[in-house]
Amino acid sequence: MEKLNKNDFVTIWLDGQMCGIPVLEVHDVLSKQTITKVPKSPVAVAGVLNLRGQIVTAIDLRKRLKLKDRDEGMEEMNIVVEFQKEPYSLIIDSVGDVLSLTEEAFERNPVTLEPHWQSVSNGIFRLENELLVILDIEKLLTLDENRVAA
Amino acid sequence: MDDLLNEFLTETFESIEVVDLELVELEKDPNNKSVLDNIFRLVHTIKGTCGFLGLPRLEAVAHSGENVLGKFRDGEMKVSPEAVTLILTALDRIKEILVGLEQNQEEPAGDDSEIINQLNAMAEGNLHLIETTKVTEEAPIVVSDVRPSVPGEVTLDELEAAFLAAPGPDDEDPVEEAVCVNVQETVDTKEIKNEDVIKTNGSSKEGSIANQSIRVTVDVLDNLMNMVSELVLTRNQLMQISRRTGESEFEIPLQRLSQCTTELQEGVMKTRMQPIGNAWSKLPRIIRDLQMELGKKIDLQMLGAETELDRQVLELIKDPLTHMIRNSADHGIEKIKDRIAAGKKETGTIRLNAFHEGGQIIIEISDDGAGLSVEKLKAKALSNGLATEEELAEMSDQQIQRFIFHAGFSTAAKVTSVSGRGVGMDVVRSNIEKIGGAIELKSTEGKGTTFLIKIPLTLAIVSALIVESGTERFAIPQISVLELVRASGDSNHKIEYINSTPVLRLRDRLLPLLHLNKILGFEEGDKLDADSLREDFIIITQVGDFTFGIVVDRVFDTEEIVVKPVAPILRDLNVFSGNTILGDGTVIMILDPNGIASEANEAMSELSDQRAEQEEDVSRSTFDDKEAILLFRAGGDTKRAVPLSLVSRLEEIDVSKIEISEGNKMVQYRGRLMPLVLINDKYDIKSEGRQPMLVFTDDDKAMGIIVDEISDIKEDSIKVELSSKAIGQLGTAIIDGVATEVIDIAYYFERTFNNWQMGMESVQFEVKSKRKNILIVDDSTFFLNLLKPLLTASGYNVTIASTAAEALKLREKGLDFDLIISDIDMPEMNGFEFAEEVRENGIWRETPLVALSANSSQSRFEKGREVGFDNYVEKLDRDTLLKAIEEQISNHETAA
Repeated sequence: MEKLNKNDFVTIWLDGQMCGIPVLEVHDVLSKQTITKVPKSPVAVAGVLNLRGQIVTAIDLRKRLKLKDRDEGMEEMNIVVEFQKEPYSLIIDSVGDVLSLTEEAFERNPVTLEPHWQSVSNGIFRLENELLVILDIEKLLTLDENRVAA
Repeated sequence: MDDLLNEFLTETFESIEVVDLELVELEKDPNNKSVLDNIFRLVHTIKGTCGFLGLPRLEAVAHSGENVLGKFRDGEMKVSPEAVTLILTALDRIKEILVGLEQNQEEPAGDDSEIINQLNAMAEGNLHLIETTKVTEEAPIVVSDVRPSVPGEVTLDELEAAFLAAPGPDDEDPVEEAVCVNVQETVDTKEIKNEDVIKTNGSSKEGSIANQSIRVTVDVLDNLMNMVSELVLTRNQLMQISRRTGESEFEIPLQRLSQCTTELQEGVMKTRMQPIGNAWSKLPRIIRDLQMELGKKIDLQMLGAETELDRQVLELIKDPLTHMIRNSADHGIEKIKDRIAAGKKETGTIRLNAFHEGGQIIIEISDDGAGLSVEKLKAKALSNGLATEEELAEMSDQQIQRFIFHAGFSTAAKVTSVSGRGVGMDVVRSNIEKIGGAIELKSTEGKGTTFLIKIPLTLAIVSALIVESGTERFAIPQISVLELVRASGDSNHKIEYINSTPVLRLRDRLLPLLHLNKILGFEEGDKLDADSLREDFIIITQVGDFTFGIVVDRVFDTEEIVVKPVAPILRDLNVFSGNTILGDGTVIMILDPNGIASEANEAMSELSDQRAEQEEDVSRSTFDDKEAILLFRAGGDTKRAVPLSLVSRLEEIDVSKIEISEGNKMVQYRGRLMPLVLINDKYDIKSEGRQPMLVFTDDDKAMGIIVDEISDIKEDSIKVELSSKAIGQLGTAIIDGVATEVIDIAYYFERTFNNWQMGMESVQFEVKSKRKNILIVDDSTFFLNLLKPLLTASGYNVTIASTAAEALKLREKGLDFDLIISDIDMPEMNGFEFAEEVRENGIWRETPLVALSANSSQSRFEKGREVGFDNYVEKLDRDTLLKAIEEQISNHETAA
């Protein structure tokens, strides 16, 4: 059982890039939600939303990873994770399969990877057709102090 | 931590608290058997449990304490203050050990032999023996007038020394992890109070309610509260849906659900409620200690101890309250001899009173002590640089007294161990404000001081006003909303601008306004954009002494909300105090007026900097004539100018909006009709499009002058070189190297409002060979700016001063004038006083003085003559003024 879960990842898509989040960290997968914007919050914070009576802070991973914004009307999904006992919702483009991967396919981040990716990724899995960037929740949710210019 | 140990600590801390209280009680009433029994039992329990848990140090101290108490109980020894002090000291030691125990899970190392010896000696009845073996190094504290010592007993000095060595009563009490929940009505528990004290499980205050109450951890209660909050929200949601869909079969069960939910909510709230007396339980002990230490007699009266409030709130006010009581005892109540000298009773009274009032809890702390000395506070404020002498002079006593809430402010002449460290009332205030409370202060020197603390009943569920700014909705706790004002062009209230600072006139006050849109960074609130139909809502709120208005776009309903903390990632946004889910399921942020005020503070400090600069400018302009001049064109290429200070606003209007009534052009501006003025008859406005306009206002009158183009703003002096015969012009001056016509706003005002006399064949003075110097003293900047160009154009050198004090400074500097014109109604020093001063001393004794006032009644006229004015002119009568000036100056010259 323990072996089974350890290298299981939920795959997500962000601007054409496939990323993985450890399956054990994912609490919920939701369709697009109504989000209340929070003025003066860090850029990556999309706002707050109501998940069954619980207030969840939404982080737009596209903004967090400095990717271009989603086009108008484009699909988006939420992955709810918990960090320091607080729920956070990661806004992503779409969710793929859950993959069980073996250690052999694991690689460390290439040194040439951009620093802001470097800072949130734990490494990379070589898949047959693609590369899977493993995202670290804790690092994702540690925002640098870049604020929206008021 | 070990469960058993944990429980022991919780219980023991509680017991000690009770013993503390009861001992003080016992001291007052030594024959009260039931109190004594209770104390004995509690100490005994502590001792017993310590032995069981293997805590030798605690056990030894408790044992010795018990011995002494045993003697009391068996009547072998009398209850004396000395003995009580000693036992209290022992209890402090026990507390100290307990704290160490809690931190490290084992007894801290230390030597208790001294206190144990004392206790044993006391128990054996020969305490005086150790008197000889000990030498006190403490300076003796004069307490003999408080409590004469009985021969054969230990000296007070020595006891004080022992006392001082013990930890102070302000030691943090860390055990607040559990509260008692009374399962049964409290009435029941009161009836059996003091009876049936067999139960040794001294877990509750009266020792007898243990079997009717259970111990529940706060976590469980908090969870319950959260769940109920959720339930309330869901209920609200359901109710909203039900209202929308109209009649349905769900309606009746929903009603029931709603009712149950409300009751459940109230029930759970009740479990969190604790009598405020819990926060007071330490106070009698503190006061007792202070009496000894300070040599004062103090009677502490506590009323309304049963008033209940949320335990979270209770926790938060505990320390501020303690601090304030110490303050009252230390600074408030005078020493006995001072009290007698002041004709008061020896014993000072500190009264604590708590009661409910309008959904709030009011706590009143009053003492009959010395009160706050306004003079001392003034001096202190001055030396701390909190205010200037002028500012202080304008302040009411109450405002000055509020200085004690400023950081670093202590009036105690010297720092005592009790208080006076200067970190006090500001912390108290901020703590109280943190929980949405407020603190007020009333003090009469010599009579005493009363503090009034208002705090909300609970923090969890609050009533909030839902507002909109930008496209988002926000909640503002109702408790911080003083008032709601609708401001639009057609209502009584409108937003006005000083320079670019929005303000609101509300009754007799001018309130600064903050645009929520701007604070939240939604838009750069463009004030010139404000068209007359725009409607704003202003939420008047108060943070400390600072009352201000928050401008929002819309106001919705009020709603009961459950305050939830924001995620840590957003926690440093200080404009929000939390967030919540509304009845319709959306999440909204809760605004924190404190945060908004501090957010705005940066902007405000800039503003005050600016103001300071402007003030400097004014004083500079007294000697250096430079001022900001607005340059514009209107009809032809001629450059025209007007002092910028006279212009209230620059606007652009759509010419199609111009209406004509009785042959006069006017426009609807901010909900009112404003007459429009053309610079001369030859000038015509465009037939379509937009045209710039200068708006001038005086009091409630506004007038617009249509121009072609606003060209520039220049810093220069207006020196009219050529007096003009053309109407509406003061003359021509060289501004920025170009000949420029300076327009006479007074003329246009007068033509428009027929206020000034229509004497347009205005007295034209010959330009004198030598320019005369005139000083104008008037607090109205508008008038100063109006008169200055007028007089300049008439050939005088004009110096202005906006207050009498400013004028007198000029006198000290030795400036001489040919004539002084002074307003009568001025703040601080009025015109009459000014005249007296001028006539009395200094170099202006002979200078002609002309009074200028809006009010020219006969009596004032005579008063003016009396105090030394040579003439008295009505403010709006400019011909008479010019004549009077001419007359006075020539009279004076002839006389000289």
